[in-house]
Amino acid sequence: MAVPFGYIARNLVARRLTTVLTAGGMALVVYVFATVLMLAAGLEQTLVATGQDDNVVVIRRSSQTEVQSGIPRLQAGIVESLPQIAVGEDGRPLVSKEPVVLINLPKRATGKPANVVIRGVTSAGLALRPQVKLVEGRMFQPGTAEVIAGRSIADGFQGAGLGETLRFASRDWTVVGVFDAGHTGFDSEIWGDAEQMLQAFRRTGFSSMLFRLNDPDDFDAVKAAIESDPRLQLEAKREKRFYAEQSEALSKFISYLGTGISIIFSIGAVIGAAITMYASVASRTAEIGTLRALGFSRGAILSAFLGEALLLGLLGGVVGLIGASMMQALSISTTNFQTFAEIAFSFALTPKIVIVSLIFALAMGFVGGFLPAARAARMKIVDALRAA
Amino acid sequence: MFVPLLVLRNAFRHKLRTTLTVVGIIVAITAFGLLRTIVDAWYAGANASSAARLVTRSSVSLVFLLPLNYAPKIRQVPGVESVAWANWFGGVYIDERNFFAQFAISPSYLDLYPEFVLKDAERKAFLADRVGALAGRKLADKYGWKIGDQIPLRGTIYPGTWTFTLRGIYDGAEEGTDTSTFFFHFDYLNEAIKRQFPRRADQAGVFIEQLRNPEDAAAVSAAIDATFRNSLAETLTETEKAFQLGFVAMSEAILLAIQAVSYVVIVIIMAVMANTMAMTARERYGEYATFKALGFGNGFVAMLIFAESLGIALFGGLLGVAFTFPMAELFASTVGSILSGFRISEETIVMQLVAALVIGVVAAAVPAWNAARVRIVDGLRAIG
Repeated sequence: MAVPFGYIARNLVARRLTTVLTAGGMALVVYVFATVLMLAAGLEQTLVATGQDDNVVVIRRSSQTEVQSGIPRLQAGIVESLPQIAVGEDGRPLVSKEPVVLINLPKRATGKPANVVIRGVTSAGLALRPQVKLVEGRMFQPGTAEVIAGRSIADGFQGAGLGETLRFASRDWTVVGVFDAGHTGFDSEIWGDAEQMLQAFRRTGFSSMLFRLNDPDDFDAVKAAIESDPRLQLEAKREKRFYAEQSEALSKFISYLGTGISIIFSIGAVIGAAITMYASVASRTAEIGTLRALGFSRGAILSAFLGEALLLGLLGGVVGLIGASMMQALSISTTNFQTFAEIAFSFALTPKIVIVSLIFALAMGFVGGFLPAARAARMKIVDALRAA
Repeated sequence: MFVPLLVLRNAFRHKLRTTLTVVGIIVAITAFGLLRTIVDAWYAGANASSAARLVTRSSVSLVFLLPLNYAPKIRQVPGVESVAWANWFGGVYIDERNFFAQFAISPSYLDLYPEFVLKDAERKAFLADRVGALAGRKLADKYGWKIGDQIPLRGTIYPGTWTFTLRGIYDGAEEGTDTSTFFFHFDYLNEAIKRQFPRRADQAGVFIEQLRNPEDAAAVSAAIDATFRNSLAETLTETEKAFQLGFVAMSEAILLAIQAVSYVVIVIIMAVMANTMAMTARERYGEYATFKALGFGNGFVAMLIFAESLGIALFGGLLGVAFTFPMAELFASTVGSILSGFRISEETIVMQLVAALVIGVVAAAVPAWNAARVRIVDGLRAIG
């Protein structure tokens, strides 16, 4: 016969202070564990969502980012004439040839500079990125020194808000619009007219090309055509993959660091749980003796104390997750080591993280509770009854 | 003699509980030290920078280069002793995971950095060989390079595979000097670019100026920037320290998170330790009442608890400090050379011990207060 669940639960209530301290410790561990996973997930979601399935990015071979890459006009022209490229409503191929550079802008909050991506786009570039929507102001006029800024940049950097001016490349640029790119990497960019950017930055070639495929399955054919052409020193990647690769180093760094920290923390929390459970066993020796004398088996005692520890873990896990879920309201802006540019992303709580965190919390309770529970189960009835 | 012995006996009355608590403190203090060291490593570049050097770069961002003909103009600015220049190469050694900094440098660069200690013969060999290269001791040890080795780098900014011959391995003059950077000749890079991409030739990423007098830093930087104002490539000149701190600021969000976490770990262990002391004191109310009945004061009882708590915390703290060294070693070898200058500072050790002390004091506070106030009659009646 098993020990009733109500008895197990009431034990935790009876020793309130200790329960709160132990569960609080576990909650903090779960909170840190979950937030770090959420951060890594948020970063991945942001950059994966940046890409579209049927879009292809072309950059110079072996350059890892758009900023490092360079595509001469001649080579861009060759790529543009590939037959697999989709045609837009205006009858022209859906290709955007874009200069991409970094500029230093001071942050509003700290005044410290960070690198921000400036991208020159054309009307095709906008058509290729349907997730980008203007939320304030208007679109820039092609041929003028006007730019539009992504939501995170407009909020986070000096001079990037609607109506303000930015000075770079010996010109003043007016921010005439703010766009929302639906939590993608484009939220952390400033866009202007491609030809204007080329002139201002005195570039003759583009940085990257983006085009849409007629049929998503054509990718291998396009890739082969571009990479085997001896006139081209370029490589093609699916847009989704291209952006996912750019988040790899940062998200790995975050999850390694986070997992390492969580493991260290969990040792502390497990020890806390073990101390609590040992004390719980020690102070209830006579009670355990009574239970055994009433006919509860060793197995029942073991599972009762394990149940108590697991309940403690679950309590900590739930409280920690509630705390972590509140972090979803925040967003983080930092430099991506790979692109050397600012990227804003938020904490994303996925079902997987909820499950993993709860398992983690229960595991902490189990590990901390096992030895004390075993000690309780091993007690001899006579000795236990005499202990009080 | 009686009191310390009593405290010691008390501390080890529950061997398992005390051991677990000590292990917890060791883990927390080690983690605290390790996290602080990681944050310090970020600042290592800024701390190792000299006050007598300025860095000039494009005012737009580091992605834009400056014309090489700025060098003689900068040298003419009053207060500038000498000028060197460097280009970030950003090559990949075998695999992208093997990241280390690579710079194409002008011949004068080494004169500006006396903290890179190089044997005379090796310096001569490097200067005499156009495809020669220098590597720091840490970098050379990591990849097992010896002098004379051929080192291929795949260019990401400058296309192609570039092969260098290692001509020298430099050491750091001070402990904080970064020895994980790879240097080669700017002229070699520049001439290859001239052939392939004439438009991108004769450009430098940064100019480094040696100041005649470090106090002139502000005036000289302003004078340099004024020289190139309204040109096609405007400059931004700042002290080397400010330049390095600019990089640190970019990762500020992550650094703040690590710092916050390093304090959270202390709070967690404080909860564990407070729990232990609370349980310990609760079990001994009877004894404390006996002490009081024998004539010992409230302060004595409180002192007993404080001494025990502090003893356990400091013991764990000292072991934690000791463990930080091998852990930091292990961490540095897994993460590799991304974080250069991975070193445990004296300040970190002091902070670790202070943290241990705080844990001990905070954990003992409430139990000591309760025990001191317990009435003899209640205490004697209490059952553990």
